[in-house]
Amino acid sequence: MTLTTQSDTIQELTVEEIRAKLGTKMPIEDPEEHMLLSMGPQHPSTHGVLRLLLELDGERIVNLANDIGFLHTGIEKTMESKTYTKALVMTDRMDYLAPMSNNYGYILAVEKLLDVEVTPRAETIRLILVELARISSHLVWLATHALDIAAMSVFLYCFREREYILDLFEMVAGQRMMVSYFRPGGLWRDVPEEFEPAVRKFLDFMPSRIADYEALLKNNPIWLARTKGVGTISADDAIAWGLSGASLRGSGVDWDIRKTMPYGGYEKYEFDVPVGTDGDVYARYRCRMQEMSESLRIIRQALDKLPKGAVNIDDRKIVPPPRAELGRSMEAVIHHFKLWTEGFSAPAGYVYQAIESPRGEFGCYLRGNGGPKPARVHFRTPSYVNLACLPMLSKGVFVADLVAIIGSIDIVLGEIDR
Amino acid sequence: MDELTTSQIALRAVVVGLIVTFAVITGFAYTTLLERKLLARLQARIGPNRAGYLPIPRRGKSELRLLGGIMQPAADAVKLFFKEDPTPAQADKPVYFLAPMLTVIPAILILAVIPWAGPFKLGNLDFSPYFAIAPGVNVGVLFVLAITSIGVYGIALAGWASNSKYAVLGGIRTTAQMISYELSLGLSVLPPIMLANSMDLGEIVNAQSTLWFVFLNPLAALIFYIGALAELQRSPFDLLEAEQELSAGYVVEYGGMRFGMFFMAEYMKMISLSAIAAVLFFGGYRGPFVDQVPALGFVYIILKIFLSLCLMIWIRASMPRFRYDQLMQFGWKVLFPLAIASFIATGIGIVLFG
Repeated sequence: MTLTTQSDTIQELTVEEIRAKLGTKMPIEDPEEHMLLSMGPQHPSTHGVLRLLLELDGERIVNLANDIGFLHTGIEKTMESKTYTKALVMTDRMDYLAPMSNNYGYILAVEKLLDVEVTPRAETIRLILVELARISSHLVWLATHALDIAAMSVFLYCFREREYILDLFEMVAGQRMMVSYFRPGGLWRDVPEEFEPAVRKFLDFMPSRIADYEALLKNNPIWLARTKGVGTISADDAIAWGLSGASLRGSGVDWDIRKTMPYGGYEKYEFDVPVGTDGDVYARYRCRMQEMSESLRIIRQALDKLPKGAVNIDDRKIVPPPRAELGRSMEAVIHHFKLWTEGFSAPAGYVYQAIESPRGEFGCYLRGNGGPKPARVHFRTPSYVNLACLPMLSKGVFVADLVAIIGSIDIVLGEIDR
Repeated sequence: MDELTTSQIALRAVVVGLIVTFAVITGFAYTTLLERKLLARLQARIGPNRAGYLPIPRRGKSELRLLGGIMQPAADAVKLFFKEDPTPAQADKPVYFLAPMLTVIPAILILAVIPWAGPFKLGNLDFSPYFAIAPGVNVGVLFVLAITSIGVYGIALAGWASNSKYAVLGGIRTTAQMISYELSLGLSVLPPIMLANSMDLGEIVNAQSTLWFVFLNPLAALIFYIGALAELQRSPFDLLEAEQELSAGYVVEYGGMRFGMFFMAEYMKMISLSAIAAVLFFGGYRGPFVDQVPALGFVYIILKIFLSLCLMIWIRASMPRFRYDQLMQFGWKVLFPLAIASFIATGIGIVLFG
């Protein structure tokens, strides 16, 4: 059978011509016998606008090439033309499943450049919200990963719980997804009174919900058959490819930036870093599932010792004055005006701040030139690095496994293309 | 009992045929609603609840709306009929048009031999030995097996004729799946045939008047049900349409009612295979007092079909999907030996206990 493209059959072309047509440097072994399949960018299981070019022998993948960039929005460049505060809203839009984490990575970098320390209350609230974001992101990961292997009920159960977390975000930030809640020097405002009981309620029901997901998947023979021994990557390879997050820990490497390079007060909390052994899809699944429970542990500890006090540092050059002051003090009006028109200036120099985002090491490189706008912003996003190993992981597997592997490395295209 | 003339048999077949076909087509429409509603309930959702409802007026309060979504199948059908029906430029047109029909027609044909109730008389019409379109076919079971396996051609040809890569992959998967399952499905119907000593579905039902065959050979019943799920391409064996991998597989190029016809075939086969499972293992239309009141047979078999449909939907809500090679391994290395074992065990049992 000849599967035709627009006008000419693919068989008549040489490998070089095919490559030029498809715009790829992927090795193509046998264009006569094998089928070339363009998977995506509009495909239900590529988790966004990822395009994969497959060379298939039957249903087995011979070669695979990633094609990214369909969601490129120029976030890093745009941030150079915004003040440090205004650039914050761009970070929400990178990893749109864990905007709190992105905010946090960027804000920590800004604060490092400014050399300020936030109040204990702000630090604790940030930590609670970032861990909630980790759970919410893992819930979406589990939902879509399970849906890719056709366990469709898990998808809806996870979104039910995620909805609760998004309600919590809305409660504190007024926004469900694009929160922009962390600000240089503290928070946009203090959390409302009903926040703490609402989080406690979440802590109470969530463990049983996690047990529900586990009951559906953990020992399900079909799930095991689909995930065990699929997409295996050894610890050495994982380090060599620069993987991070659960994709790295699934291979047995005990590396979590919250433990190894603590930031934001993580050293004060007791939690374990789940580590797998096999490095396959199932190991990564186990790691993320256990991480959810660990995040609950951290949130519980943080809530128990949530200190009272201000959430913003007392530095009018960075944090705008409260609205009530504007009517009384001329100085406050000046600060307000300066901060909202020009912004604060950060010293020249550069910083790199890495955090453990739900997907792995999220790093923010920030260079200031003494002015109110960053001279260069660069993000080291975990999805981008983790995706790079997909061609290696998916050599010789079935198309169905490819879908499972994409799910297990947990990519977000907004973060990859930026 | 008087011998029926040919014209009487023909008249009876037409009457019963019309009744059963319309009942099953309505049943198919409401099976889609049942699936959507039940699946929604299992997944903490509400499901379709907008199209149609029974208004119950209440004093002083707004009216109570019962059975929301009751007209959903009609709305779906209207939508599908009025949709544009594009044909891909590269498609093999005659085969592309033929494939949906080739899938639907066998699904309707299976209904011919299914017994829906015991013998009874209605005016001039004598429904004996049981109520079916073609009662007393002495190769009923073989007919069912033969017809169900024709349906696969429709799907394989649909995948082929669409001339789309995803559709071809779906079509190839179907073929592989059929080869792996047909055999164990065929072997699993042997125990009831041996126990009833007949291939006539009505006789198989009558042989279960004291004890259902599922109690005599539960293994065969299980294998039949799994085989039926694979035959129907229901979850967890729904890999030919696997939207996550093949973005819909063999139906990817179809639209409008042509697309609807594939689903019509799937749901009608769900009903008829549930009916056959009931007939072979769960006593068919038999139940308490069915000999005194034959019409009760309809109630019993519809109840059994309903429970089986619910089970299929429940499985869909809770199971992930097999992989193509795992499915074949499961078919050949697990189900096939088990099916042989169950039928040998039945043989030994018949010899030992008569």
